[in-house]
Amino acid sequence: MLLRKAQELTYSDVTAKSVYLDRRKFLRAMGIVGATAAAGRGLFEMALPSQTTIAATKLTGLAKSPLSTSEKQNSYQDVTHYNNFWEFGTDKSDPAKNAQNFKISPWTVSVEGEVAKPRKFTMDEIMKIAPLEERIYRHRCVEAWSIVVPWIGFSFSNLAKLVQPTPKAQFVAFESFFDPIQMPEAKYSGLDFPYVEGLRLDEAMNPLALLCVGMYGETLPNQDGAPVRMVLPWKYGFKSVKSIVKIRFVRSQPPTTWNMANPPAYGFYSNVNPTADNLRYTQAQERRLGEIFRRPTLMFNGYADQVASMYNGMDLKKNY
Amino acid sequence: MRAFFTSKWTKVALFFLCLVPFAGLVWRSLHGDLGANPVEFLQHATGDWTLRFLIFTLCITPFRKLFKLPDLIRFRRMLGLFAFFYVCLHFLTYLGPDQQFDLAGMWKDVAKRPFITVGFTAFVLLIPLAITSTAGWIRRLGGKRWQMLHRSIYFAAVFGVIHYYWLVKSDVRKPLFYGALVGILLLWRLGDWFFKRRSQAPVRMAAPSISVNG
Repeated sequence: MLLRKAQELTYSDVTAKSVYLDRRKFLRAMGIVGATAAAGRGLFEMALPSQTTIAATKLTGLAKSPLSTSEKQNSYQDVTHYNNFWEFGTDKSDPAKNAQNFKISPWTVSVEGEVAKPRKFTMDEIMKIAPLEERIYRHRCVEAWSIVVPWIGFSFSNLAKLVQPTPKAQFVAFESFFDPIQMPEAKYSGLDFPYVEGLRLDEAMNPLALLCVGMYGETLPNQDGAPVRMVLPWKYGFKSVKSIVKIRFVRSQPPTTWNMANPPAYGFYSNVNPTADNLRYTQAQERRLGEIFRRPTLMFNGYADQVASMYNGMDLKKNY
Repeated sequence: MRAFFTSKWTKVALFFLCLVPFAGLVWRSLHGDLGANPVEFLQHATGDWTLRFLIFTLCITPFRKLFKLPDLIRFRRMLGLFAFFYVCLHFLTYLGPDQQFDLAGMWKDVAKRPFITVGFTAFVLLIPLAITSTAGWIRRLGGKRWQMLHRSIYFAAVFGVIHYYWLVKSDVRKPLFYGALVGILLLWRLGDWFFKRRSQAPVRMAAPSISVNG
């Protein structure tokens, strides 16, 4: 096994230098206002492709993972310019533009609740919890699109073992960073922030559950959930909470953002399930980004061997 | 001013202007500039332009009266037909990439998902309007009946907005913006109709009293 220690990394190295064209300012400068704005903006956006550059730090000495898929990876461009990160705007292209100046250093993650050793982790400490692995996962959005991404991180269980959950801990609650000043677009989203998510303890301890600090050989770009996020490939994408600041081990099932917004559409479990349709999206099929036609969606997004046993005896249509 | 609205060239220019969004999409497609999800990009763009052209079409009558520009009527059919052009493209992006041209599967999907049901209904409502948009059909149906039939554009516009509103997950600003525009344009018609009835009634009442006095 090629398990080498990750290189020394400090998050202060990550500088968000960005050069990009703010189309809204451009349009305002063009003086397109009033009733023609909608039509005018549409016309102009067609002529102006989005341009963004991303600052990131290379991550080296990554171990390969047997959990990786050999499927064709999506391009870095696609994965960084087609994002649901509603704190930075609700259009897929918004986070790439609006997260450019997101301040991710210094960063601490507070781990608390039903644990023997509650503590705060700095990003530098998180990077050293376990050897970093590259894990190439399928990622399936509830909106019926999917991508294949080479994430970097380690199993969440490594962090859990350090804080030692007590027998009372049954669930894990995650909370994302939220700052209305840095995230002014959030108020239009119709969601309550900070974004919260949760897992049953056994789900969080499953080796597939990745505490993720990078992708494509680099630290995470801001719009993909920098500096640290979860990746849960057998669940719909919204379960994979981004930009984590707080992790609480708790006794009962914690509230989750999308479930609070629309309970019939987004359940607590939200396992990828081609037989349980959502009113908006047919979950039997998905569009892999880069493809025209849709492909069949697999139960647990193809990770049944690793996760199906956790749900034995459960009605997955009821516990959607 | 009048010469501008009655000129043949204005109509020709408007025709090409209405094609600019389509040309933009073709240009972007050829240059691979439709983003990470090209199908979704085309679906959203053609849907947006359908709603916009429906709104442009619904603007003609109020603008004619409010700004005393009766000649605007010359452009109404073209704008309506462009709404139909963009909704056909919108439908094709659904029937093709989403449904793999499988009609049986499409019907199931139309019946199952409410936002598709209402969007499909709006599309179907527009088909007879496009067919009967010619002068020949106006003659055949008679002005009154033709006008009645073509009032279904109101329903198509409302259903189109509902289709969009039900599609979005949580941020409803854009569908509400279109909804507000359609609402204003329909309320103006209601007000116009109500005002006309009220202003006509006293005239009829007044007529005999004048004759008595005379």
